[in-house]
This record gives sequence, structure tokens and C-alpha cells, in this order.
Amino acid sequence: MTDTAPNDKSRRTPHFVSQEPWDPYVADRLTKEQERYYMAGQWKLMWWRFRRHRPAVVSAVFLALMYLSTLVSEWIAPYDLHTRNSRYIFAAPQSVHLFHEGKFMGPFVYGLKMERDPATLQRIYSPDTSQPQPLRFFCLGERYEFWGLIEGRFHFVCPAEDGTFFLLGTDRLGRDMFSRIVYAARISLTIGLIGITLSFALALILGGLAGYYGGWVDSVVQRITEIIKSFPHLPLWLALSAALPVTWSPLLVYFGITLILALLDWPGLGRAVRSKLLSLREEDYAAAAQMMGAKPARIIGRHLLPGFMSHLIASATLSIPSMILAETALSFLGLGLRPPITSWGVLLNEATDINVVAVNWWLMLPVVPVILVILAYQFMGDGMRDAADPYA
Amino acid sequence: MLRFIARRVLLMIPTLFVISALVYFIIDLPPGDCVTSQIDELLARGDADAHRRAEELRELYGLNMPLWQRYLDWVGGIFRWDFGLSCQDTVPVADLIGERLTLTIIMETSTIAFIWIVSFLIGTYAATHQYRLGDYVASFIGFIGLAIPNFLLALVLLYVGKVYFGLSIGGLMDPEYIDKPLSWGKALSVMQHLIIPVIVIGMSGTAGMIRRLRANLLDELQKQYVVTGRAKGLPPMKLLVKYPLRHSLNPFVADIGGLLPDVISGSVIVSVVLSLPTTGPMLLGALKTQDVNLAATFLLFVATLTVIGMLISDLALAALDPRIRFGATSEK
Repeated sequence: MTDTAPNDKSRRTPHFVSQEPWDPYVADRLTKEQERYYMAGQWKLMWWRFRRHRPAVVSAVFLALMYLSTLVSEWIAPYDLHTRNSRYIFAAPQSVHLFHEGKFMGPFVYGLKMERDPATLQRIYSPDTSQPQPLRFFCLGERYEFWGLIEGRFHFVCPAEDGTFFLLGTDRLGRDMFSRIVYAARISLTIGLIGITLSFALALILGGLAGYYGGWVDSVVQRITEIIKSFPHLPLWLALSAALPVTWSPLLVYFGITLILALLDWPGLGRAVRSKLLSLREEDYAAAAQMMGAKPARIIGRHLLPGFMSHLIASATLSIPSMILAETALSFLGLGLRPPITSWGVLLNEATDINVVAVNWWLMLPVVPVILVILAYQFMGDGMRDAADPYA
Repeated sequence: MLRFIARRVLLMIPTLFVISALVYFIIDLPPGDCVTSQIDELLARGDADAHRRAEELRELYGLNMPLWQRYLDWVGGIFRWDFGLSCQDTVPVADLIGERLTLTIIMETSTIAFIWIVSFLIGTYAATHQYRLGDYVASFIGFIGLAIPNFLLALVLLYVGKVYFGLSIGGLMDPEYIDKPLSWGKALSVMQHLIIPVIVIGMSGTAGMIRRLRANLLDELQKQYVVTGRAKGLPPMKLLVKYPLRHSLNPFVADIGGLLPDVISGSVIVSVVLSLPTTGPMLLGALKTQDVNLAATFLLFVATLTVIGMLISDLALAALDPRIRFGATSEK
């Protein structure tokens, strides 16, 4: 035990002076990694921060795919938006099989046999297992006009010749639900984007004016935002969209609805712009710009806005889902978009009668993409909000 | 304090006037009026008298008068509890809406109460049991509540109830009580039917509240005074209730302002889906047929409800928080 005693001189480390040249700034010098981090721009840092938020990245990818799909809805949907298959009304979904009588024969569906229930006269569809209908891929099928411009027949999937392929069943006119959901994504997804753009612009202008000038401009804008914020949105939306003239074309109604959504949505963002501007305009660099004779538009746009743009974008993203939902709700209630413009809400409008839905459950399926998209936006918005301040 | 209340009440009046005018003009905006659709029907049936009849109806409803005059008549009538005639079947609006308004108020107050009680219990539990199973379950429920829009939830519940349990969820009372005077049986029946709408409407509000209460309470629980109290041997329950919980209650009251419009919006659409005899379905119908008096009355009612709710929340907050009572502006 004695050899571990602290006073044992023989076990002390000998005196040692390194002969290596020593750089007194070694602690300050950055490694390659650190340098990359410290020199990275604001947006790059945000990207790195965002990438760490797994659910947000997955959601972003999902949303990107959804938006890409709206570019080529015509290719994805096996049928056109309005094709009526009068022989197959309220047909049940056809499931895709791989094996027919124990033999592998690639993806195929069984044809549908329709019978009427003798008592209720209800249509009952059952798969006709005697005749498999192999699906065709990358095929020529129903004619369509690509974005209403170029004629084409190319689809990713088509039913067999003289066959049917209703992946999610058909509605009361025999229109294919899957195709309709695919086409409706175009409207439902863009309405959120256009709406948020309008609302963003309104928020920047009005919030910017209020925050930069203060005084009576500020009080007026503040009163307006308070009134809008304190009033329940849905009834007001209903009233406004009921006020859209019936004579308007469906496309005009589409823009009308986006405008209405934006009109009630901007106060939240506008408040953020205002409060940020109020505090930022007191900063020295704003005063300096002012003294150098910069115009308000330049000071706001060039010097003040970039300081909190990332926050704004993040909160704007978080309010896209509420816009999509609002449109869905309005169309569901029959006061929103009108056919032939079709959104998920318009599709759900067919599901208002519970007695019809109880028999034809697939009419409720447009609920699924609505919920998925909203969840994805929520996650992505959360990730963006966390990333918006990468220095924190 | 009195001055504070007086100022708030006085501010309410112009707000409501602005809203009433706006609403009335918006509803009247589209071309045509409520008579047009009725007359079109008559014309389609080949009724020769249709045009004369239209004139009579317009005279009756005062539709020949300019808009501002009709608006003034309507606003003037409000103080006498007279909201003009409904265009639908020529009944005074006041007779149509009476019970619906009561049921709406009952439904909305119960929803707020539900949100408070449930989120208070769950939020406190989740914060005091952070990262345990219960916390995760609570967060998960909260997330689902936020993500699923309430009218879709109502639709799904309606479907599930119909197909799997064979019961219809719609309505707010058993059929035998409809149009009957108030009795214990009726009240009980209404209570039973309220459960599902209240849960559906309150879902998203509850989810938001749980998140906020949990975050607030977690912040508070990490503060030094809590540690000191614990070190001194204060019983955990007493420690929790006495200080941190009270502190984090503030946003609970302050948030009614944000909660109330959401609850009212939710109740409108959910009651359409579940066909509840509240203001929702009737408002929708009135808007579709351009029944200006009826729709405007409903919207004004909704606005009044919100404004009064905000007032109550402000007053409660002032009573609860001396910093606000004494004029210092709180950072929000």
C-alpha cells in the first residue's frame, strides 16, 4: 500500500518541457468542421437544423410528392374526372390481386357482377372470380386534355380492355373515386398555397404600415385585426362565400374563395410583422438608414424584413393547413367550390347523407388525404419553426 | 376596476354595430333576393300569378325599400326583440330562433367547461409525469385532436355509430321531447345527446390547451422556488397546487379569447353534420336562401356571444392578475 502514497517521490512524473513549437492561438483556430459551421450562411444553418427534425423531413418529402402528383394528375388517374360509368353506380372498390387460382399472373382485378337486392332494390356488386382482368401499366387509355391543353391518352395504370379498375369504388354517377381524389388534389393543395400567398402579401403590407408608421395607422390596423380575430371565422366565411354571385364561373369562384380565405387569415401574420417591426425600427441600423435618406419601402424591405423573414415563412406554413381545412369545410357545406371544379371538400359533399355513406363507405375516403396532408403540414411547419432561428 | 369594466363595455357597442352593418350588407350582396328563388319555383310550375305574387311578397318583406332603410329597421327592432320576418315561411325571426339560441348557448358553455376540466386534469398530469407513459399518451391524444378536423371526426363518428352500433347520433334530444316544454326528462335527454358533440367540438381546443398548460407548468416546475419548497419537505401535492399551478392558470383564462371563436366555428359545422337543432344548420339554410333577416340575426348573435365571452375573459384575467388590473401591459 505504501507505493501509492502521495508523497512517494519515485512515482512522480519527471519534469518535462516539450520542444515542439507552440502556437498560442491554437484554441482560437477552427477545425475544418467548425469553420464550415461558423462560415455558413443563415439559410444554410436553417437547412441543417431542419434536416435534424426527422418527421418534418419525411413530411416535406410526402408533400413534395403530393404536389408533384398534381402536375401529372392526368397520368396517374386511370379515368377522367367526369367519366361516368353508368353501368357501375356505387360500385364497391376492386381490390388488386396477384394470384389467380394459385397461379401468379401479375396485378389484376376481378370484374364486377351487379345484382339487385330484391327487397331494397339496392345494387350489390360482387367480384366475378371467373374472369381476371390484368391491369396494364404505362399504357394508352382514356382520352384526356393535359391541363386542358394537349390531348393525350397516356396513363400509368389502365384497366384491361373492356374491363374496369375502380380502386376506391365509384360514386352516384359511376365516376371513379380514385381518379377524382387524384384530380381534386390539384384544387385542394393549390388553394392553400394561393391563399397563403395573398394572406402573406396582405400581412406584409398592412402589418408593415402599422408597425413602421405607428400612430393612427397602427390603431386603425389594430382595430381591424382585433375585430377579425375575435369573430368566429366559419360563419363569416359562410356569409362571404354565400355572397359570391351564382353567375360567376367556377374558376372565378375558386379565386373568390381563396381571396375570402386570405381576407380572414392575414391578421395573425400581420400582428407578427407589426410587433417585430415596432421593435426593429428602434435599432441603430434602421435609424442610420433613415438618416442616409432611405425611403420607408427600402428600409422595411431591405433592412428590417430579412431579419425575421424565416419566422414569417414558418408561421405562414403553419397556417396553410387551416386554409385547406376551411376550403374543405366550405365545399363540404355546399357553399364553397362548385362542380366542375372539384376539391376534396366537394367530394365529401357527396358524403353528407349518412344513410348513403352507411351503405357506400368509400364515399368517405377523401377524408384520408385531407388528414394526411394536414398532419404533414403540421410536422413540416413545426420543423421549420424550430429551424427558423438557427442561432438559438 | 370599475373604469376598466366601463371602458370595455363601451368598446363593445361600436364593435357590435360595425359587425351588424357589415354582416347585413354582405348577406344582401349577391344579386336577387329571397323571393327570387321562391318565384322561380312558381314560374316553373306555370303559375300565371307568379309576378303579382312576387310583388306582394316583396311588399310584405319590405324588399322594395333601399338596403339602408331595411338595415335600420332591423337594427331598431333588435332592441324590442323583434328581428323582422323570416323569408322562409313568413314567421317572425324571433319565434324561429328562441330555442335554438338557448341550445347553442348550452352547447357552447358545456364545450368550454369540457375543454377546461379535461385539459386541466390531463395537462397537469402530463407535466408532473413528464416522459412517462401517461405523458406520451396525453401528447398523442392531443396531437390527434389537433390534426383531425372536427367535422370529419363528427362524420366518422356518425358513420361508426350508424354502422357498428346501429344508433343515430344526430339530434340533441329524444324525439318525444321535441317541441315539448322543459322538464327533467327533457333536460336529461339533452344532456345525454350533448356528450358526443361536446367532445367533437372540444377536441382541438382541448389538445391546444393541454400542450400549453403542460409547457407552462414544466417551465414553472423547474424554477428555484419549487426546488426550495421540495427541499424543505413540502408535501408534493401542496407544493404543486399552492404555487406553480396557480401561476400557469393565467393563460387558461387569457385564452378564452382565442378559444371562443374556434368553439363557435366548430359548433356551427359540427351541428350541421350531426343535424343538431342549434343555430348552425339554420344559419346555413338562411344563407343559402338569402334570408337576410334570419341569417343576419344569427351572425349578430354569434358575434355578441364572442364579444361577451371576451369581456368575461378580460375581466376574469384582471381579477386574477394584479399586473393587468393596475394597468401594466402584460407581454403576450
